[in-house]
Amino acid sequence: MRPFDYNRAANTGSATEAGADGGTFIAGGTNLLDLMKLEVMAPERLVDINRLDLGEMSDTDDGGLRIGALVTNSDCAADQRVRRDYGVLARAILAGASGQLRNKATTGGNLCQRTRCYYFYDTAMPCNKREPGSGCQAMEGFNRIHAILGASDQCIATYPGDMAVAMCALGAKIEIERPGGRRRTVQVVDFHKLAGDTPEKDNILDDGDLITAVTLPPPVKGTHIYRKVRDRASYAFALVSVAAVVTMENDRFDHVALAFGGLAHKPWREKAVEDLLKGEAPSAALFDEAADCLLADAQGHGSNDFKIPLVRRTLKAVLRQASEERAAT
Amino acid sequence: MTAHMKMDGPDQRRKLDNMRQGLTGKPLDRPDGPLKVSGLATYAHEWDVPDCAYGMLVRATIAKGTLTNIDREAALAMPGVLGVYSEKRFLRNPAQGTANVAPVQGVEEIHYLGQPIALVVAETFEQARHAAQNLSISYDAADDGIFDPEADGIETERPQDDQLDQGDLDKAMADAAFTVDQVYRTPGHNSVAMEPHCSIASWEGDALTLRGSYQMLKYNRNELADALGIEAEKIRIVSPYVGGGFGSKLGISQEAVSAAIAAKDLGRPVCVTLTRQQVLDSVMRRSETRQHIRLSADKDGNLTGLGQDCLVSNLPGEDFYEPVLQATHFVYGGKNRKLGIEVARINRMCAGSVRAPGEAVGMPMLEIAMDELAEASGIDPVELRKRNIPQNHPEDDIPYSSRQFAEALDEGAKRFGWDKRAPEPAQRREGEWLIGMGMASAARVNMLSESCARVTLNADGTATIETDMTDIGTGTYAILAQIAGDMLGLPMDKVETKLGDTDFPASSGSGGSWGAGSSGSSVFLACDELRRTLAKKMGCEEHALDLHNGAASSDGKTVPIIDLLGGETLSAEGRIEPGDTQEDRGQASFGSYFAEVAVNATTGETRVRRMTGTFSAGRILNEKTATSQCYGGIVWGIGMALTEEMAFDSRDGHVVNRDFAEYHIPVNLDVPQIEVVLLDERDDWANPIQAKGLGELGLCGAAGAILNAIYNATGIRVREFPATLDKLLDGLPEA
Repeated sequence: MRPFDYNRAANTGSATEAGADGGTFIAGGTNLLDLMKLEVMAPERLVDINRLDLGEMSDTDDGGLRIGALVTNSDCAADQRVRRDYGVLARAILAGASGQLRNKATTGGNLCQRTRCYYFYDTAMPCNKREPGSGCQAMEGFNRIHAILGASDQCIATYPGDMAVAMCALGAKIEIERPGGRRRTVQVVDFHKLAGDTPEKDNILDDGDLITAVTLPPPVKGTHIYRKVRDRASYAFALVSVAAVVTMENDRFDHVALAFGGLAHKPWREKAVEDLLKGEAPSAALFDEAADCLLADAQGHGSNDFKIPLVRRTLKAVLRQASEERAAT
Repeated sequence: MTAHMKMDGPDQRRKLDNMRQGLTGKPLDRPDGPLKVSGLATYAHEWDVPDCAYGMLVRATIAKGTLTNIDREAALAMPGVLGVYSEKRFLRNPAQGTANVAPVQGVEEIHYLGQPIALVVAETFEQARHAAQNLSISYDAADDGIFDPEADGIETERPQDDQLDQGDLDKAMADAAFTVDQVYRTPGHNSVAMEPHCSIASWEGDALTLRGSYQMLKYNRNELADALGIEAEKIRIVSPYVGGGFGSKLGISQEAVSAAIAAKDLGRPVCVTLTRQQVLDSVMRRSETRQHIRLSADKDGNLTGLGQDCLVSNLPGEDFYEPVLQATHFVYGGKNRKLGIEVARINRMCAGSVRAPGEAVGMPMLEIAMDELAEASGIDPVELRKRNIPQNHPEDDIPYSSRQFAEALDEGAKRFGWDKRAPEPAQRREGEWLIGMGMASAARVNMLSESCARVTLNADGTATIETDMTDIGTGTYAILAQIAGDMLGLPMDKVETKLGDTDFPASSGSGGSWGAGSSGSSVFLACDELRRTLAKKMGCEEHALDLHNGAASSDGKTVPIIDLLGGETLSAEGRIEPGDTQEDRGQASFGSYFAEVAVNATTGETRVRRMTGTFSAGRILNEKTATSQCYGGIVWGIGMALTEEMAFDSRDGHVVNRDFAEYHIPVNLDVPQIEVVLLDERDDWANPIQAKGLGELGLCGAAGAILNAIYNATGIRVREFPATLDKLLDGLPEA
């Protein structure tokens, strides 16, 4: 671990200032500290934001829910409103990590979780994300957990989290405070970026940008599913995950929101897939069409080729479950 | 006083059966348990050694080549850095178990990516780690590294003492009513013991004390002495608690030698602890295996032939190879046998002993082949195995010392409810889950190793056991106290067990499942000697002496042991030595596994729903710790079957999954209800306490039962560990 300066921010203003001045925010530290020990990340200055007043959950004026950036994963998943109105989110959070980690991990920090690419974690290996321009070892190497969508010739890492995938399906937004007190709001789906030519950047945050909250829109009734497929029953990252919020009207798909984890450098949401389903009656043929649409540009890299049929199968099962649960009520 | 026994014949006295204290066998708690859960048991890194500096090993980042320069100056300029060490006494890899001499030394030649080649020492752990991470090293990289043991044209060696060609297997295959002829594969495994490897070296003059985490101290002392070029008598190794060994701490390792060298130079203690990534980079791996198995059987399912030809790998110059065939030699009959092993020399970290070397991967694959033979012949898998239990050892034609193999198969089948299994695969579905049952046999060789212990009867009526035996989480503290308590007529709290110190009499150490039987026998023998002395004091023959709850009785006379001692302290040593019984009898422990799995029809995810393990291993010394060992073994089996795999990059042989997030051992949710049944048995040929090895038996076939259950659930035959979902997707029903 490289020696570093440590400061505790007194308010969001001083936090963003410190961030703009080369500081790196630390909240739960469940990811950052591991990466610092390995010197995958070596910040010169840590800005501790744990004392900021960002730990509340509150109702919004439009009937939605605002989750403070410092609300822990455990508290968020246990919140009565989340469990009642945003089942997909509670399920996604509880599918991630372990109880101990969820007690420390925060909402804002989880959004900033970095990839688990083996080569990113090993400083003896070239990695365009860790060291831009050094090359990508995963592309031709062991890439079981890597991306099949949103290809970049620089990086095939995936965003590893669960929570953000559910937030994408819910149409959640992220509130960001910028240095100087300016604020911006961005859809979760637009928060993470594709690797493209700048794989070193995971998301749209600029220096000093501080996530202050995530806001959920008013509840969408219907079926909430978070299906995570992984190599062991717990404490494993998603090979593939599907978050679905679906309502049926007259036995036809009405509201359809689908987001996918484990497939790309960001939680993946494909509007064309949702449009294709809306207004249609569920059938195996329709589900296949939806999978075809999702996977039209999918590209395996060897050890992760299996993800393509796996997503297809998982998506079909989720759509069938969503339509059948509705039929049953 | 020393009582010595060489096992040249059976010991049929079964003395422990007649001791009134009645401790041996009981499911007693471990005396060390409360210390461990309250943090009072001191593990290697936790010793409070004044003025200790911290060292961090530095790895080679090329796979093969020569070390040309280390920029020591730059490192020494970093905060807190005290020294940078890299020299010819450094180890290339850890010593193999019981090596007793140093392994290959010198780090100039680099043989694998991850090889420790330098040590950076600093005032704090963090400073050492930072400087190590940034140490600048130059190499001459070679481009002829070999990273794939199955690569075309690779040169292999066939160790001469592990090739068997008996009868004519080709002809047996041609003439058989039923055959199996398949290739099976298992990946590399790492023990990833919870406590990473650690040594604290401190010198007083020319005497070295090493506080470490090691399994076999008498060998480790000699290995360390040989590596450093000093007399073994100058070294004391202290290792009272070991946070998991599994074979990974059998031989002296890089951290011990480098810590000793740095501590000598700096004139202050040095602590070197591996990170989890370093554990995966440089600690012994279990070799991957390719196993070509051939079975031939007559129309009744009786084996006429058995072939198992295996490919394993190791670094150049290492004698150890994964002994895949160890149980194949004796578990089933079949006149025509062709068994062989070849070793590929490749540039991956050293291969060595990982929990149940040999049987851990050889048995489950043989058991999958047996399942395939059951399928081909239409004979029930349990029945097929029973038909093929040989009368005598099928190669050496000697009787078995004890063997409740058929009983374990029957008892397991009954307890599990094997009769409810549908013989046809893919018959049972519950919602999205395909349900299946599978079984496998368990077998593991039994070994005895020379072991000594001293037992002292103190004037206050308590007893103290001293031996350099280790407790690697297995229950040694408990079982030795139970044996001594029984022999001396003392309750558990009157017996203190002191372990893990080379100042004590030299033991077998922990490994190969021989620790309990060997060290337990030495304690038994020492106590037996003390009994003779006490009998003399009582004026009776030893066999007429009854010791119970601190009192001695004979001929209606009862005297408290304290009074009998009359202020005196009695001490005796026991020494057990293997003898002719190792050759005169086939010695092994046996058992069976039954597993029920659910395979997700959509995703191919497999969950084990329940397992039953039935084992027979001679006298059970402590039902609780023995059962826990079996639980642990079965959990290893679940991991091997479903999740565990060292993933190697085919371009440079480095291990890719270097932490617990990606090297997938089972977590609680992966482990269902496990039932362990221990059959009552005495093995007079094994040792004077009639106990056989048990620790490793729990995984010697377990993973085979799970893969056979997957076949029964889905009709998909997976012949490669681990059965991750990608290996099932193609064969699953339409989604």
